[in-house]
Amino acid sequence: MSKDNQILEEFTSKEYEHGWSVNFEADEAPIGLNEEIIKWISAKKEEPQWLLEWRLKAFKTWQNMTEPNWANVTYPKIDLQSLRYYSAPKQNNKPKSLDEVDPELLQIYERLGINLNEQKKLQGIAVDAVLDSVSVATTFKGTLSKLGIIFCSFSEAVKEHPELVKKYLGSVVPMTDNYYAALNSAVFSDGSFCYIPKGVRCPMELSTYFRINAANTGQFERTLIVAEDDSYVSYLEGCTAPQRDENQLHAAVVEIYASKNAEVKYSTVQNWFPGDKEGKGGIYNFVTKRGICAGDNSKISWTQVETGSAVTWKYPSCILKGDNSIGEFYSVAVTNNYQQADTGTKMIHIGKNTKSRIVSKGISAGKSQNSYRGQVQVMKRADNARNFSQCDSLLMGDKCGAHTFPYIDINNSTAKVEHEATTSKIGEDQLFYCNQRGISTEDAVALIVNGYAKEVLNQLPMEFAVEAQKLLALTLEGSVG
Amino acid sequence: MLSIKNLHASIEGTPILRGINLEVKAGEVHAIMGPNGSGKSTLASVLAGREEYEVTEGEVSFKGKDLLDLAPEDRAREGVFLAFQYPVEIPGVSSTNFLRTAVNQVREYRGLESLDAVKFLTMMKEKMKLVEIDQKLLSRSLNEGFSGGEKKRNEIFQMAMLEPTLSILDETDSGLDIDALRIVSNGVNQLKSKDNATIVVTHYQRLLDYIVPDFVHVLYKGKIVKSGTKDLALELEEKGYDWIKEAVDSEATV
Ligand SMILES: Nc1ncnc2c1ncn2[C@@H]1O[C@H](COP(=O)(O)OP(=O)(O)OP(=O)(O)O)[C@@H](O)[C@H]1O
Ligand SMILES: [Mg+2]
Repeated sequence: MSKDNQILEEFTSKEYEHGWSVNFEADEAPIGLNEEIIKWISAKKEEPQWLLEWRLKAFKTWQNMTEPNWANVTYPKIDLQSLRYYSAPKQNNKPKSLDEVDPELLQIYERLGINLNEQKKLQGIAVDAVLDSVSVATTFKGTLSKLGIIFCSFSEAVKEHPELVKKYLGSVVPMTDNYYAALNSAVFSDGSFCYIPKGVRCPMELSTYFRINAANTGQFERTLIVAEDDSYVSYLEGCTAPQRDENQLHAAVVEIYASKNAEVKYSTVQNWFPGDKEGKGGIYNFVTKRGICAGDNSKISWTQVETGSAVTWKYPSCILKGDNSIGEFYSVAVTNNYQQADTGTKMIHIGKNTKSRIVSKGISAGKSQNSYRGQVQVMKRADNARNFSQCDSLLMGDKCGAHTFPYIDINNSTAKVEHEATTSKIGEDQLFYCNQRGISTEDAVALIVNGYAKEVLNQLPMEFAVEAQKLLALTLEGSVG
Repeated sequence: MLSIKNLHASIEGTPILRGINLEVKAGEVHAIMGPNGSGKSTLASVLAGREEYEVTEGEVSFKGKDLLDLAPEDRAREGVFLAFQYPVEIPGVSSTNFLRTAVNQVREYRGLESLDAVKFLTMMKEKMKLVEIDQKLLSRSLNEGFSGGEKKRNEIFQMAMLEPTLSILDETDSGLDIDALRIVSNGVNQLKSKDNATIVVTHYQRLLDYIVPDFVHVLYKGKIVKSGTKDLALELEEKGYDWIKEAVDSEATV
């Protein structure tokens, strides 16, 4: 065995940093999934009748669907009847402001390095914190509402802005879209809602922070972002979960609606518990994210840094309906140990002169499998559509795998679609070169990997980029040398 | 400073170095010459700690320490610098970022405070002058798309930044144009002091006009078969290696 393989063999036992959990009293739905449970959730959330009906319809649809198996991932069948579909920390009364939020809950976020205290918060980021099934706190609401921006938990939006929710819910990801989206539509518990009115540039980053705490509870959140004409918003999403031996299911739906000239940037730094070194435990992350550039000249940009989860199944997509609209997808997906990721994007060109850009950087280490799956579809009417895709894979060791599945479907002869793909290995040469300059192997890997992922990391807002860099290094810690 | 005794090394079971002996003292410049494939780069790699090479016999001490016992990064931190014959490319990592990581890790090892951005950039500006390297080059990805000469110049720039005690320059002259050769040699000379030493591996006597060696050694089939002064280099330039090869090979068959 060459040295290269040998050092790669000594695989990391790097502990997942956010693996702790906290015991607190929770409001929980009974275990299992049926119409009664859905009614229970809806009642708990004091939802209007239309929403309950919507959920029940989704549930019916879902019952007739089967779990997809086309993704390049394998995992034991999830027993959806053994899960709990709602768990919320008990708060005596619904807090009206941050000061009323249970300090114990705030502490959970403190421990994760997220300060929900507005004064101390990183300047320029408003946070909606979602713990298990509910949103526990949203910061900077006042500042934002002066501009007419609505940024609140999904449940609150249902109560305060039902007309908006009703109009846009399911408009981008219909409940019939896929197995997990249908399931989410039936049982979603909370999430974030964001509305940017016409002509407003949101002055701060909006962010949702998802945390799974409860055991055996699925997390099904729902995010809806609506950007009216000429508006702009940059939205961040972060996630962690405790370390548990059994797998946990996370099946979220994110919908983005961009009107004329609107621009939405959506960034994710996903750090769900990936399972341990032997592949035990970890989050199943089955997420549907989609945005529609409904208006002319609109733009939606997805940036994701995926480091966690045992199994990831996720394809943030753009429907480019408006003329001249632009869709972007920047992704770094790291897998280590026994992680599996099947991720990519779909760019659907409908309008004229629409452009899309895909930059995917996969990094596989250990015994992990990393797949890029992307679809570029150009419809008949989409004259002069342009797509550029760059899919790179970086391998560390020879027990991992990288796979690329690009699907291209073109129905307009004026379309121009370019696809480039590379596969490389972190070379012994590169590591030795760094070592020879006094750089430890660990830092050399971090340096090389961050260099490789730079084009994507550059898309993230500053604070997040730094975090993401550290996270990449951490995920791969001990993977070489 | 450096003492190599009966060093044998092989790669994948093939012996390459077959008993090297070499003493290098502080303040000295040694030139190592020898035909292609004689083991010059191998010697440099073994000293720097490249792990593909297996040391089968012999010892190397550096500043009183057992060099072979140290990890490659610790050898570097102790002051061993290798200017690579073929510098590698690291996409997406700027020279500046790379060097800052390197310099600070070396400093940490030596018990020095790490340099903040301002101090680091000041130091960089100063050292840039030494080898007349362009700032633009340093903000690009390390060695990526650099011309052959630019890569070599960058190696010496890194040497200047890391302030090593023992520098091994493996064919740093090849690929340099005439002006660059002069500039880079000048840089190396300016970095020379009574406390450090330099080993230059080269095929051309021309370099030795600029970097004047105290000793010249000829490596052949993994051994130093002849040592002399600068005049030996001139003699080789004129006569080639055949006379040495013949002498060695005939001796071997006796
Ligand atoms: N993996 C390997 N397996 C077998 N032989 C090898 C291997 N790697 C290098 N060698 C051999 O070791 C010998 C010494 O190589 P080295 O690079 O040290 O030569 P050099 O003196 O630096 O030559 P040059 O002047 O061309 O740079 C060469 O014959 C080379 O082919
Ligand atoms: Mg050589």
